[in-house]
Amino acid sequence: MTTQSKSITLHLGVLAVLAVLFFVLPAYHVGAFSRIMVLAIYAIGFNLLFGYTGLLSLGHAMFFAAGMYGFGLSVNLGGLPVIPAFAIAVATAGLLAVGAGYLALRTIGVAFMIVTLMFAQTVYLVILYFGEYTRGDEGFIVQQAQRSIAGIDLTSETARYATAFILFALCFLVMARLVQSPFGRRLVAIRENEERARMLGYDVGRLKLQALVVSGTVSGVAGAAYALLFGYVGASFAAVHYSIFPLLWVLLGGAGTTIGPLIGVMFMFYLIDFSSGLTNAYMLVAGVALVLITLFAPHGLAGVLRKKVFKWLP
Amino acid sequence: MAAVNILETRGLTKSYGGVHANKDVDFVLPRNKITALIGPNGAGKSTFVGMVSGRTLPTRGTVHFEGQDISALPAHKRMQLGMAYTFQITSIFPGLSVEDNVSLAAGRKLAHDKAAHAAKTVAVLEKIGLSDRRDQIASDLSYGHRRVLEIALGLAQDPKLFILDEPTQGLAEGEVDAFVTLMRGLAKDTTILLIEHNMRVVADTADHVTVLDQGRLLASGSFDEVQANTAVQSAYLGTPANV
Amino acid sequence: MDFGPHLMLAFIEGAVISAILVLTAMGLSIVFGVMRVVNVAHGEFFMLGAVLAWAVTVTIGGHPALGFVAALAIVPVLVGCIAAGVDRLILKRINYDVDRTIVATIGVLYIVQQSTLMLYGPEARPVEAPFNTRLALPWVELGENGFQMIWPWGLSVTSYKLFVIFAAIAVLGVLWLVLTRTKVGLIMRATQQDRDMAQAFGVPVAQVYSWVFGLGAGLAALGAVLVVPIQQAHYLMGGDPLLLAFIVVIIGGLGSLPGTVIAAVLIGMSDGIISVFFSPTLAKIIATLLVALVLVFRPQGLMGRIAV
Repeated sequence: MTTQSKSITLHLGVLAVLAVLFFVLPAYHVGAFSRIMVLAIYAIGFNLLFGYTGLLSLGHAMFFAAGMYGFGLSVNLGGLPVIPAFAIAVATAGLLAVGAGYLALRTIGVAFMIVTLMFAQTVYLVILYFGEYTRGDEGFIVQQAQRSIAGIDLTSETARYATAFILFALCFLVMARLVQSPFGRRLVAIRENEERARMLGYDVGRLKLQALVVSGTVSGVAGAAYALLFGYVGASFAAVHYSIFPLLWVLLGGAGTTIGPLIGVMFMFYLIDFSSGLTNAYMLVAGVALVLITLFAPHGLAGVLRKKVFKWLP
Repeated sequence: MAAVNILETRGLTKSYGGVHANKDVDFVLPRNKITALIGPNGAGKSTFVGMVSGRTLPTRGTVHFEGQDISALPAHKRMQLGMAYTFQITSIFPGLSVEDNVSLAAGRKLAHDKAAHAAKTVAVLEKIGLSDRRDQIASDLSYGHRRVLEIALGLAQDPKLFILDEPTQGLAEGEVDAFVTLMRGLAKDTTILLIEHNMRVVADTADHVTVLDQGRLLASGSFDEVQANTAVQSAYLGTPANV
Repeated sequence: MDFGPHLMLAFIEGAVISAILVLTAMGLSIVFGVMRVVNVAHGEFFMLGAVLAWAVTVTIGGHPALGFVAALAIVPVLVGCIAAGVDRLILKRINYDVDRTIVATIGVLYIVQQSTLMLYGPEARPVEAPFNTRLALPWVELGENGFQMIWPWGLSVTSYKLFVIFAAIAVLGVLWLVLTRTKVGLIMRATQQDRDMAQAFGVPVAQVYSWVFGLGAGLAALGAVLVVPIQQAHYLMGGDPLLLAFIVVIIGGLGSLPGTVIAAVLIGMSDGIISVFFSPTLAKIIATLLVALVLVFRPQGLMGRIAV
């Protein structure tokens, strides 16, 4: 099998498994997987910038929140139906990515991390400041009645899973194509040796901005999907730890692999699910996981698979 | 008809505070010839070449390529015009395979045509003798092979002007010979600018030699002419010239 | 209260904030400067200082001054040792690689924060100040008989807050002396300037790093011990100091101790004043955006010599 056909088989296989799970899993886990798939979209967006381009942003929550609030406010305050609201949400995240990216990409390394963190903090604080409209930390609910497309209620378990699956499949496959395309290869070149990439004639500045915009937009899709499917919009999704989560998921699952984000989200979701049954300090698990991964498994699960066994893993 | 000189600099100067790394360098590079840029350590060769390639911003002066003033162009645009640059300290893509490295270098021009892209990659690997190492991770390569890969990255771009910064540094005798042969083979279609310390390589390859000393252009001509030049001799040996 | 006295009150509050901030930011700056690592868990060491200070005063009991002095002596050292442990166990093993250090210290942040939640609980607990007399402050007003000193109601400061300000200045002074006049300080500055060269000269860089990391955390903890009688000890109290310390270090400039002090005073004062007159949230928005823009357009900050 050629690398390309192996890759197609892998990705379609993953989707097939996810589809089957709907029929096989008990109700609680079906709901869990709806959430996992939406968060995996967020992780996929983050992975493009971190795993493939090598840029560590500590502020991605702002893109997720832009999508979430873009959708929630469009529906609640603007009275818009689902599809236009979703479009506005994604556009908001995209625009934010262009603006923030243009400024932040003038810095590198640690400065870039801090600048993205600060921009995200600003967005969080602004959401709090305009609490009159955003209800601040408390957040607000998007009514069930408003979360339907063409009469199909999207709040039922089945519809939720189906919508999450369709959105995930779209982002998963598009991203897989993207990272294996010349554009994706160039991002990897930047990660491996930016100066060299520049001296091969690649417009490194433009490529980084494009990566950041795609990354931020996809993260916005996740945020909008979350508001749509789970009906809740809150400032905590714009706070720092929501920027840390995708980093954790991607590192655990395997940065720079297409299946890593999904694996990471799945793992962490159930790990935290399990430990929040034991203690309210369940983020301790996240902390320990981060330290252990950095020390002993920096490539993550899929990364290790790629190194040892499946060298062709995209 | 193409100009005799593919590259020209006028008054190219780089100062750091009061120190002049390069001063008023008027340099011409004849087309399709191998030109060696030599000079004692600290003469400003790397700085000069940095300004030509766009990695360093000049304090003053202009750079002209194929008749066009490229002084304001960033490095990547100059590469797109047909320059290629190899680093003095090898700068490859460490986590990627040899094949992926070459493929990326060829990709800027050929990515839209999968067949041509693949063919070019294979051809370049053959030419420099790294075909059987195509799957090896670049950071695992020996020093000599890494240097060869560095050159391959330049070759894959089919450059009009190929700038090499001390390409034979640290290479064994046999590897240096292979390099000389490679350069001679390229020269018909490509202009080559070599920064070199190895005088044997200069003698064996260079059609034209330019000498820099203390940031200034000291002499220019054939290898024999330059070698006989007393100012050049004293620059290297440190004795005052007999003026 | 009129504007004038209100402003003076804001100034004093700002001075207290600056005092604590200077200590916390110095800790971060020294670690950043000497080791070139970003310690995202720095705020949690601050929080640990406050929580442990509560633990010490509660254990010792009796007059609050007893517990306070004990806390001042024990807690910074204790937190410093914990930090040095983190350096040995984790940071050394990943060889201070920038990306991995950030991720690892994020992990440490959660470990410290959540462990505190588990052991100490989610409540905020007060610690009594060792002395706390209220001092009314005078204000000058132009009255019928020329300039008169009046004592506006509400314009006062506690003796403890004044103590905090002076204590911070004293610690800064000692720190400056140590850094510039002692051999220990020389070693630290040498390692900061050129790690490999220092190593070639026989400086035990690995040990220096552990000591520096511990010192950084210890300074933050010291700041927290000083502030805990004014605030309260809470497991989430590390976030704000971390953010503010970062802002100070970046604006003041890396590798510049005077820059850090100036920036701390500026930021602390502005935070205090804006918080008093406007909303604290607005103050934070401005500070956060300012830091980002400084990094984008003037990465070396006010007085730094190296860019982040």
